[in-house]
Amino acid sequence: MKDVAVVSFAQSDCRRDAGACNEVELVMPVIQQALQAIGLNSSQDVDFTCSGSCDYQQGASFAFVMGVDALGAVPPIKESHVEMDAAWALYESMLKISMGQAESALIYGFGKSSPGELPTVLSQQLDPYYLAPLWVDSVSLAALQARTLIDQGLVTEADMAAVVSRSRAQAKANNPHAQLAGDVSVDELLAEAPWVAPLRKHDCCPISDGASAMVICTLEKARAWGRPYAVIRGIDHRMESHNIGARDLTRSASTTLAADRAGVPDGPVEVAELYAPFSHQEIILSRALGLDDSTAVNPSGGVLAGNLMMASGLSRVGEVARRIMDGEIRRGVAHATSGPCLQHNLVAVLEAA
Amino acid sequence: MSELLRQQFELGYTYTRSTGPVVGRFLTELRRRRIVGSRGDDGRVYVPPMEFDPVTASALTEFVEVGDHGEVVSWCWISEPRESHPFDQPFAWALVRLDGADVPMVHAVCAEQGQMHTGMRVQARWVEEPRGYITDIECFEPETEGAAS
Repeated sequence: MKDVAVVSFAQSDCRRDAGACNEVELVMPVIQQALQAIGLNSSQDVDFTCSGSCDYQQGASFAFVMGVDALGAVPPIKESHVEMDAAWALYESMLKISMGQAESALIYGFGKSSPGELPTVLSQQLDPYYLAPLWVDSVSLAALQARTLIDQGLVTEADMAAVVSRSRAQAKANNPHAQLAGDVSVDELLAEAPWVAPLRKHDCCPISDGASAMVICTLEKARAWGRPYAVIRGIDHRMESHNIGARDLTRSASTTLAADRAGVPDGPVEVAELYAPFSHQEIILSRALGLDDSTAVNPSGGVLAGNLMMASGLSRVGEVARRIMDGEIRRGVAHATSGPCLQHNLVAVLEAA
Repeated sequence: MSELLRQQFELGYTYTRSTGPVVGRFLTELRRRRIVGSRGDDGRVYVPPMEFDPVTASALTEFVEVGDHGEVVSWCWISEPRESHPFDQPFAWALVRLDGADVPMVHAVCAEQGQMHTGMRVQARWVEEPRGYITDIECFEPETEGAAS
């Protein structure tokens, strides 16, 4: 894959309930923000547009078309969509640029999770014969994974609470878009009653509405535009079996594989933004990526501070890119996930130009 | 603030799909209160059966009948069942490894919270009229004293 430059990124606030505001109204402000930051006016000014969203969330097929209509598809634009987190729309856009079919791309993801019961909605994306008829929800599956870790002595409930405590503190310090932020001690968290035992409510990411958008381009174009940019040096994604019982839930083999392919071990990781919807998963992912104390994990608070379904993965890349563009760091790693218990994982390595 | 439009909406898919020789075999056997799995390339028995080996991707064709008793490998406690959940009363979701199987399956366990533990023995509770659905196993329940698998 050709190196590409992230030239701008924008994310909305994570809101528990955006009320009457629809998906188009959620996504258009961040698209405008991402374009205007580099002096572009509309999707006509980029070569390719790709979005990530989920029809299950909106409860209607081809729901993303509404977004494309608002964006302005006439005169005709080159456009695509993934029924996945927009991190995979980024991947598709990078392919497009690598193949020489585009020099620049606008990527966006959006999700309005508040109207439905998200864990139940996600249950219907599982195996249609063996799992969906049981209506086993995403929180419960994550709880089965957490229990496996606890039983094997690989993680304690206090370790999980420490992840949450740090997420809230970092969100308070660094993330104006966070939904959950503040100072809360491990002891306070452990004093809370179990919800889907062994998970407590705080171990689970909140339900959030919102969107994020990004503009990427070739390195030549980025230099021509003359704005600060971050370089995506490597990106890879790997998927494990849909059979949860057949997987080793205590590890994330697909993350490790994707990280090796993306080049994570080739240099220091100053910041890692990990898409861990449940506290114990941040620990699994940190281990899968081989991170130690020299890496700041989820300085934004991660998705435990606010989880924009279908945009959170893109936001992880955006958070790392923003820190590089601001000159805070020179190299970082972003991760996105999809499916139950970290089934499918994407890893990207970003560096300063 | 504009007002939210609230309206009943039923999402339906008006097509049917054949379940094929592997999933179909499993579901058909359920109608007879029997559980079959498939043997993977590494010799492990998957229950429910998988159409393709998750590691080698080769088609799996050897079926293996397993017991309807087994062991809880992991579990979580649903103190407040959701509306969509199969029970109104608190219950557990579990990974249950059936006797004769190597790979555990996800299903519900109906028991008291105090009875639940990793490694507990459970047995299938069948519905009265199995129809060829995963829900023909209503749930698993603690193994009754002296029950043979």
